[in-house]
Amino acid sequence: MIAAVASGTPGEEDAGDIPLSQRGPASTEIVARFGFWLFLLSDIVIFAALFAAYAVLAKETAGGPSGAQLFDRTYTLIETACLLASSFTCGMMSLAVERRQGLAIYLWAGITFALGLAFVLMEFFEFLGMVAQGAGPTHSAFLSAFFTLVGTHGLHVTVGLCWLAVMAAQVATLGLRPMVMRRLLCFGLFWHALDIVWIGVFTIVYLGAG
Amino acid sequence: MFGKLTWSAIPLDQPIPLAASGLAMLAGLAVLGLITWKGLWPYLWKEWITSVDHKRIGVMYVVLALVMLLRGFVDALMMRTQLAIAAGGAQGYLPPEHYDQIFSAHGTIMIFFVAMTFMVGLMNFAVPLQLGIRDVAFPVLNSVSFWLTAAGVLLVNLSLVVGEFARTGWLAYPPLSEIAYSPGVGVDYYLWSLQISGVGSLLSGINLTTTILKLRAPGMGYMRMPVFCWTALASNLLIIAAFPILTATFAMLLLDRYLGFHFFTNELGGNAMMYINLIWAWGHPEVYILILPAFGVFSEVIATFSQKPVFGYRSMVLATMAICVLSFMVWLHHFFTMGAGADVNGFFGVTTMIIAVPTGVKIFNWLFTLYGGQIRFGVPLYWALGFMVTFVVGGMTGVLLAIPPVDFVTHNSLFLVAHFHNVIIGGVLFGAFAGYTYWFPKAFGFRLHEGLGKAIFWCWFVGFYLAFMPLYALGLVGATRRMQHYPETEWQPLMIVALIGALVIAAGIVLAVVQLVVSIRQRDATRDETGDPWNGRTLEWSVPSPPPAWNFAILPEVEGRDAFWARKQGGRKHPGEPPPIAPIEMPENSMVGVVIAFFAVMLGFALVWHIGWMAASGLGGIVASGLARAWTTATTAEISTAELGEGSHRKGAPA
Amino acid sequence: MEEQDAAPQGRAPGRHRDGSRSVKTYLIGLGLAAILTLASFWAAQSGLVYGPAVPILLAALAVGQMGVHLVFFLHISSGPEDTNNILALAFGVFVVGLVVFGSMLIMANLNANMMPTPASMQMQP
Repeated sequence: MIAAVASGTPGEEDAGDIPLSQRGPASTEIVARFGFWLFLLSDIVIFAALFAAYAVLAKETAGGPSGAQLFDRTYTLIETACLLASSFTCGMMSLAVERRQGLAIYLWAGITFALGLAFVLMEFFEFLGMVAQGAGPTHSAFLSAFFTLVGTHGLHVTVGLCWLAVMAAQVATLGLRPMVMRRLLCFGLFWHALDIVWIGVFTIVYLGAG
Repeated sequence: MFGKLTWSAIPLDQPIPLAASGLAMLAGLAVLGLITWKGLWPYLWKEWITSVDHKRIGVMYVVLALVMLLRGFVDALMMRTQLAIAAGGAQGYLPPEHYDQIFSAHGTIMIFFVAMTFMVGLMNFAVPLQLGIRDVAFPVLNSVSFWLTAAGVLLVNLSLVVGEFARTGWLAYPPLSEIAYSPGVGVDYYLWSLQISGVGSLLSGINLTTTILKLRAPGMGYMRMPVFCWTALASNLLIIAAFPILTATFAMLLLDRYLGFHFFTNELGGNAMMYINLIWAWGHPEVYILILPAFGVFSEVIATFSQKPVFGYRSMVLATMAICVLSFMVWLHHFFTMGAGADVNGFFGVTTMIIAVPTGVKIFNWLFTLYGGQIRFGVPLYWALGFMVTFVVGGMTGVLLAIPPVDFVTHNSLFLVAHFHNVIIGGVLFGAFAGYTYWFPKAFGFRLHEGLGKAIFWCWFVGFYLAFMPLYALGLVGATRRMQHYPETEWQPLMIVALIGALVIAAGIVLAVVQLVVSIRQRDATRDETGDPWNGRTLEWSVPSPPPAWNFAILPEVEGRDAFWARKQGGRKHPGEPPPIAPIEMPENSMVGVVIAFFAVMLGFALVWHIGWMAASGLGGIVASGLARAWTTATTAEISTAELGEGSHRKGAPA
Repeated sequence: MEEQDAAPQGRAPGRHRDGSRSVKTYLIGLGLAAILTLASFWAAQSGLVYGPAVPILLAALAVGQMGVHLVFFLHISSGPEDTNNILALAFGVFVVGLVVFGSMLIMANLNANMMPTPASMQMQP
């Protein structure tokens, strides 16, 4: 049987004993964030394929240098520290957004950006150093897989930095309207998800290269 | 300035490609000219190209799929003709390098731009209506997804005119697809068009999954959703999980080709078998991405035309989700012969046989739905019955191929070709036509011509058996796939039968065009005034045909499965006092989809031909369009109660 | 925000609930993540851990840290409103696991089977 109810405002107050799945369409915010959550999962699957390629090709050095010869774990630890700290500051930014503390948003966004940039630059110089040693991505299957996996993560962080800059501009020009709030919170999810990928990267690539 | 692009890219020296591309261009120009002459551009731009209405986008997907079906089928006819004559010493009329492009283009187009596009179109059209809501979760993103698919289509068709297509088969296995062995632009066309349309598919998968999980009418609990929505959910979950693997794999091959990486090369540690492994980790879920929505269509059609609820709803849902998970555990059966040990081959052989079980459950559910029903033999049911017979044959040859020792004999033979055409034509394509006929009156407000519909079905059904049963036989005696000619003259009679089958299917395709024209001309006679031409069960039939842009002025309150049927049985045609209609917000049209697709084509074309400045402007254009969209604040328009009343007042009593 | 928590058809990840919406949560997360990271680097570097156990320990630490990030930074919880998010995550983890471990298994098996054996070497001309 179909009775008709006024649409768009599924009552939250009298929803008590109706099962969650039958309460009608979710709010725009929940929909947007769930969609973004699915996008992140698909992004993680891209990394899964790259991890798989790395795992399969890691020993194929074709007579060239191996991971153990190339990687400097202290350097990686500093990179990791930057990213981890930026995840924390990104969380602080999310809190500032929820509390609508304008100045704090810019402050935490700025620190997050600086830490993220430091990470990307460190990675960039690591890559440059490897290429200068004659260990560029065209040298062996191992190096191809390494540069692709780590580079894709770096590319994501770079995109994240651009996104963060855009969001700062959006807060400045559009204010904290719901649309901007949604995007800021999606950005937070993105940034934290990159951390999770990086855990995989430093464990498998840098620490796994015995 | 123009990278690798020179005048020699236009196939002036090859008469057949030149004629084909000339004809395609003429046809395209004729359509564009007709639109201009009739002054239809403003209408098309406003009502279709920039539309974010899921129904319009769904219809555009289906149109795109039908056009590409013509293109892909011409390739099929050329191949069948070639093989019917190239026996003994004869070489046929297609030289190998052209024949290779044709079978590669045929597979690529039929899977990505016909089957996939058709199914996404049907899901886009029907899912929000069945869920009792006004649009998908992200309407503008939906438009972007569609236009990215169209961009991929355009690139594939450009390869016909400028340059060449891949000669590597539809999955472009390395090392053949590596730059060392395929130095031309064919593989690059293949890779970039699929990367671009793949992004579209992924976004559309995210969109529909979010829609189904987060936006359902009040009361539409999970176990009250129509079966088609369940299969759409499973299919879109598979898109989200599988397409990224394809994107990553193609990205690695692109890095090999463009920057000299060594993922899949023969040198410096590269491993071509890794590509085959990864591509099938996407490829097997892909076949379920295609077939699951078709299963959903058949569930709807069989229940509607038996006038009975679908038998074993819970087992249907369970089987669908089981297939969704199992489809990720069988991919190695596509390369049993690559050299894995008996243990690994055995494991994947067994999982492959297991996945046949939920499929079998579904077949029995459909049979029991028909059993004892008041069956009406409408055209959609023809397709459903034809499917059940044909798909069981295809499924059984599939189980046969799942046995590794058998696969060693039949691998890469015409037996395999016959098997996958058996399931894809008998399953996906029949499902597409069933859905097309079933939902056409909902989309346009009039039915398709019944007699011609039956004729189309018989052409496809008979044509399919004529075309592919000979290939099973030929495969068993040793005919391989992708062969351009063969010395064994005793194969020729069966090859000719297969050609006749293809011609019968061609008649079905021509009749489909005729049916469309006839139905449009006679639309006043078959007008659907009630919104419910088939005595339907689900919510899409409770709104007028075609539905207003907002589908439901008031979201329905669902109290059980087959919500519309229950309402009709309850006799409550107009639920008491109609509640006050409140104004609603609907998303505004947006040109961002088509603009991004324009730049995506530019980017893809530039990358194929190594034109730096053009690639940069394409990428810049995409980013700029995205930014412009990010600063667009007025994204919705209010529909007043007066307009709502106007659009919904045709909501007639159920038939 | 409170009414969002009770909103129809569940919550979305990243939405803080009353208990977790604080600097404290992030500080705990940061502390745990830092400890686990340092433990990973130490385990790989120090030589004090029994060699063959290192990869297992590293894997355990990595999985633990991913969990910490999910709970304290992405605010995934086991509440009924989170069912969809958790199920989607579980499906994602399942696919990631299949692709990575499946590929490794398959390719290792291929490598083992395709290695030239003495017998096949003798068949070479």
